[in-house]
Amino acid sequence: MTAAILSIFVLALSAPYLHRLAGKRSGWVLASLPLVWTLYFAVCSVPIASGESLSASHAWIPTLGINFSFLLDGLSLVFALIICGIGVLVVVYSGGYMAGHPLQGRFYAFLLMFMGSMLGLVLADNAVTLFIFWELTSVSSYLLIGFNNDRKEARAAALQALLVTGLGGLPLLAAFLMLGQLTGSLELSSWMTQAQAVRASPLYLPIVILVLLGAFTKSAQVPFHFWLPNAMEAPTPVSAYLHAATMVKAGVYLIARLSPLLGGTEAWVYVISAVGAATMLLGAYLAYQHTDLKRILAYSTVSMLGTLTLLLGVGTHLAVQAAVVLLLAHALYKGALFLVAGSVEHETGTRDITRMGGLKRSMPVTAAAAGVAALSMAGLPPVLGFVGKEVYLEALWRIPAATVLLAVAVVTAMLTLAVAGAAGVRPFIGEAASTAHPPHETPPSFWLGPIVLAGLGLILGVFPALVESSLLSPACAAILGRPLEVHLSLWHGFSPVVGLSAVSIAGGALLYATHARLRGFMSRTDFMFRWGPARCYELSLEALDRLARVITRRLQSGYLRVYLLTIVATTVILAGYTIISRVSWAGAFSGPGVHPHEAVLAGLIVAAAVAAVFSKSRLGAVATLGVVGYGVALIYVLFGAPDLAMTQVMVETLTVILFVLMFYHLPRFGAFTPRPARARDILVSLMAGALVTGLLLAATRRPLVPRLSPFFADKSLAYGHGRNIVNVILVDFRGLDTLGEITVLSVAAMGVYALLKLRMPKENSK
Amino acid sequence: MISLILRTATRFLMILMLLFSLFLLMRGHNAPGGGFVGGLVAAAAFALYTIAYDPAATRRALRIDPRAFIGVGLLVAALSGQLSLAAGRPFMTGLWATLSLSGQERVDVGTPMLFDVGVYLVVLGVTLTILLSMSEE
Repeated sequence: MTAAILSIFVLALSAPYLHRLAGKRSGWVLASLPLVWTLYFAVCSVPIASGESLSASHAWIPTLGINFSFLLDGLSLVFALIICGIGVLVVVYSGGYMAGHPLQGRFYAFLLMFMGSMLGLVLADNAVTLFIFWELTSVSSYLLIGFNNDRKEARAAALQALLVTGLGGLPLLAAFLMLGQLTGSLELSSWMTQAQAVRASPLYLPIVILVLLGAFTKSAQVPFHFWLPNAMEAPTPVSAYLHAATMVKAGVYLIARLSPLLGGTEAWVYVISAVGAATMLLGAYLAYQHTDLKRILAYSTVSMLGTLTLLLGVGTHLAVQAAVVLLLAHALYKGALFLVAGSVEHETGTRDITRMGGLKRSMPVTAAAAGVAALSMAGLPPVLGFVGKEVYLEALWRIPAATVLLAVAVVTAMLTLAVAGAAGVRPFIGEAASTAHPPHETPPSFWLGPIVLAGLGLILGVFPALVESSLLSPACAAILGRPLEVHLSLWHGFSPVVGLSAVSIAGGALLYATHARLRGFMSRTDFMFRWGPARCYELSLEALDRLARVITRRLQSGYLRVYLLTIVATTVILAGYTIISRVSWAGAFSGPGVHPHEAVLAGLIVAAAVAAVFSKSRLGAVATLGVVGYGVALIYVLFGAPDLAMTQVMVETLTVILFVLMFYHLPRFGAFTPRPARARDILVSLMAGALVTGLLLAATRRPLVPRLSPFFADKSLAYGHGRNIVNVILVDFRGLDTLGEITVLSVAAMGVYALLKLRMPKENSK
Repeated sequence: MISLILRTATRFLMILMLLFSLFLLMRGHNAPGGGFVGGLVAAAAFALYTIAYDPAATRRALRIDPRAFIGVGLLVAALSGQLSLAAGRPFMTGLWATLSLSGQERVDVGTPMLFDVGVYLVVLGVTLTILLSMSEE
C-alpha cells in the first residue's frame, strides 16, 4: 500500500520527463502504473472479502503518535479501485485531450500528484496522515482547476475551491485533535474500539460539527455547494476525475469512515440527512436549469453527493447498501459522461446543449457510451444505476415517518432522469446542428474511458453478483462496523417501491419532454440565487481586502520613525505591563557594590548617550554613539566576556564605516517633527529605557538556574571538544538556534539589498 | 578623495586582517574568537579596501558576488548538520576526529567547526552585501 502511494508520487515527479521521452504515447505509458495498482487492489479484494484487512505502518513522529499507517478494508478498497481504475482511463484520456498543450507534462504531474494524495487519503489509518493527504487533494485540485491560468475565471475558481475546501479542512483537524485527546491515540482503527466513550463525551457534539464542516465543504453540500460548478473551469479530464469520481467523494468517505465511531445518534442522523436531502434537491433543480454540458453534470454531481450523504446519515442496512452501490454506479456513469462531454466539446467547439444535435451519426462509439451512462444516471434498467436507485428508494420507504424524504427523493429522481436525457441523449439525436467545425469520431484514447466505464455499469447492472461479496459486502461492513451480506438484483418483484420507481420514471419522462419550455420559466427564479452562499463568499473576500487596506494604510506609513515608535511603544506597553503586574520589586535595587572604575565607565556611557541626543551635527552624534558602543564593549571586558566584547567592537567599527560611506547621501541633520511629537518621543524612549533597566533588574535578582553554568563548564570539553564555552554553545549545544539566526541574518541582508536596489531604477528615471 | 598612504597601507593591512579573521575562526572553539567575529573582521578588511579605493574595486578584489557567500555559508552550515544524519545520529550531532600533527600535537576536528565556517561565510556575505550596496548608492 505504501508502495502504491509512494510510486504514484514518484511517477508524478518524473511525469514531465517521461512525457518528453514518450511523446504522443505518453498517456498510455503513464497509465501503466495506475493499471498495475488497480490489478493489485483487485487481487487484494480476495482476502478483504473473507473479512480480513491489510495494514501497514511506518513511524513518522512516534512521540506524538503520528505515523504513516495505512489500512485497507472494504471501504477503502472500493475507493482505491475507483481512484486507480478511473485514474488509468483519465490519464489515457488526457493523452488525447491535452495533446499539443505546451504544459502537458506538468498536467500529468498534477494529475498523478492528485491520484497519490487521494489514494493516501482513503488508505490512511492515522488522523494526521489522513489530514495531510486531505489537504494535498485540495492543493492539487487548486493546481488542476487553475491549470489554464491565463484565464481569470480559472484562477478565481481555483482559489474558491481551495479556500472553501481548505477552510473546511481546519475544523476537521481540530476534530481529529479532540478525538486524539479523548482516546489517547491518533489511529483511526483504535478510535473505533472506543466509540461508546466518544459518544458519551461532552466533546461529542463539537466533534461531530467540526467533522461535518470538513466533509460538507469537501463534498460540496449546501451551503458550500457553489465551488463545484465553478470548478468546471478545469480541463475536462480533471472534472471527470476529481469533481465527479473521486475528490468530491472524500467528504462522503469521511462520513462513511467515521460512521461506526460517531454515527447513529440523533444529531448525526438529523443533520446529515437534512443537509443531504437539501443538497440533492437543489443540485437536481439547478442541473435541470442549466444548458452548459459540464455545469449540468456538475450540479447533478452535487445532487448525487447529497443523496450519498443522506443515505449515510440515515445509516440503516439498506441505506448503507444503497450508498455503496450508488457510489460505484455514480463514479462509473458520471466519469463516463464527463469524458463524453470533453470529447463532444473537443469535436464541436461548444458545451451548450441547445447548440448540438445528431452527433450519433458522426460519433457513434461516443454516443453509445453516453447512452448507456445516461441510462445508469437516469436510474433505468438494466444498469447499475437502476439497481442502486431501487435499493435507495426501498431504504427510504422502510424508514418510518420519512414521507418528506421520500417525496424529495422521488422529485430528485424525476429531475435527474430528465437531466440525464438532456446531457447524455439529446446531443446525439435529432437534427445535426451546425457547429464551428464538422465533428468526427475521436481517436481511441478519447472513447476508451467512456466505453469501459459505461460498459462496466451495464455488466454490473446485469450481473451484480460479480461485486456483491467481493466489494460491496466488505464496504458495507466497514461502514456499519459489523458484517453484512449484500444481495442485489435487477428485479425485486412487485412492491410499493416499484410503484414509486414507475412514478419517478414517468414524471422524469414528462420533465424531459418539456425541458426546453420549463427551463425558460425556471430561469425567472434566478433572483433567489443571487443572494446565495456564493454571494456571501464574494462579499467576505471583498471585506477581507478592505480590512487589509485599512490596516495597511494605518500601519504602513513609510516613515522609519513611525515604525520605530510603533515597535518600541508596543514592547513597552506589553512587557511593561507584565513586569509591573507580575514582579515584586522588594530589594530590587540592592545589589553587589560597584567599583569606582565601573562607575566611571557607566557615567561615561550615560554622558555620551545624552550628548548624542543633543548633538548639533551628525558627525558629533555618530562619534558619541560610538563612545556608548565601545563603553559597552569595555563593560563586557570587565565582566569577563571577551567574545562579546570583540564582537561588540567589530560591530561598532563597521557601523561607523557604514556611516562614513553613507555620509554624503543622508538627508540634512535636523528636527523633522514638531515639539509635541518630540515630547511624545522623549516619553516613549524614557519608558523604553526604564523598561530595559527594570527587565535587567528583575532578571538578575532571581538566581540563574544553578545547574546551567557548571553544566556547560563541565561538558564543553567532554561533549563539544572545545574550551571556549561561548563558542561551543553557539555552534554545538545551541547550534540549531545559530542556524536559525544566520538564516534570519541572510533574509535581512536580502531585504536591505532589495530595498536599495529596487529604488535605483526609479531614481535613474528622474 | 584618493590617499596614497591609505591605499598603500591598506594593501598590507587587508592581508593581515584577513589572516587575523581566519586565525579567529580557527581558534574560536578553544579561545575567544569564532566564526561570527571572524566574519566581521574579514568584512572590516573589505570595508577598509572600499574606503581606500571604491566599491567597484572591492567587487573586483572579491571576484565573487558577496551574496554568493551568504548562500554558500548557509549551505555549509546546513550540510554540516546533515553529516550526522548519514551516520545515523540526530541532525546536528557533532562528529569528531582527532588528527595527530607532527610530534605530540593532537587536534580535534569536527562538524561544529564546519558549521562555524558557514557562520563565518554568512556574516561576511551579509555585511558585505549591505556595505557594498549602500556604498554604491
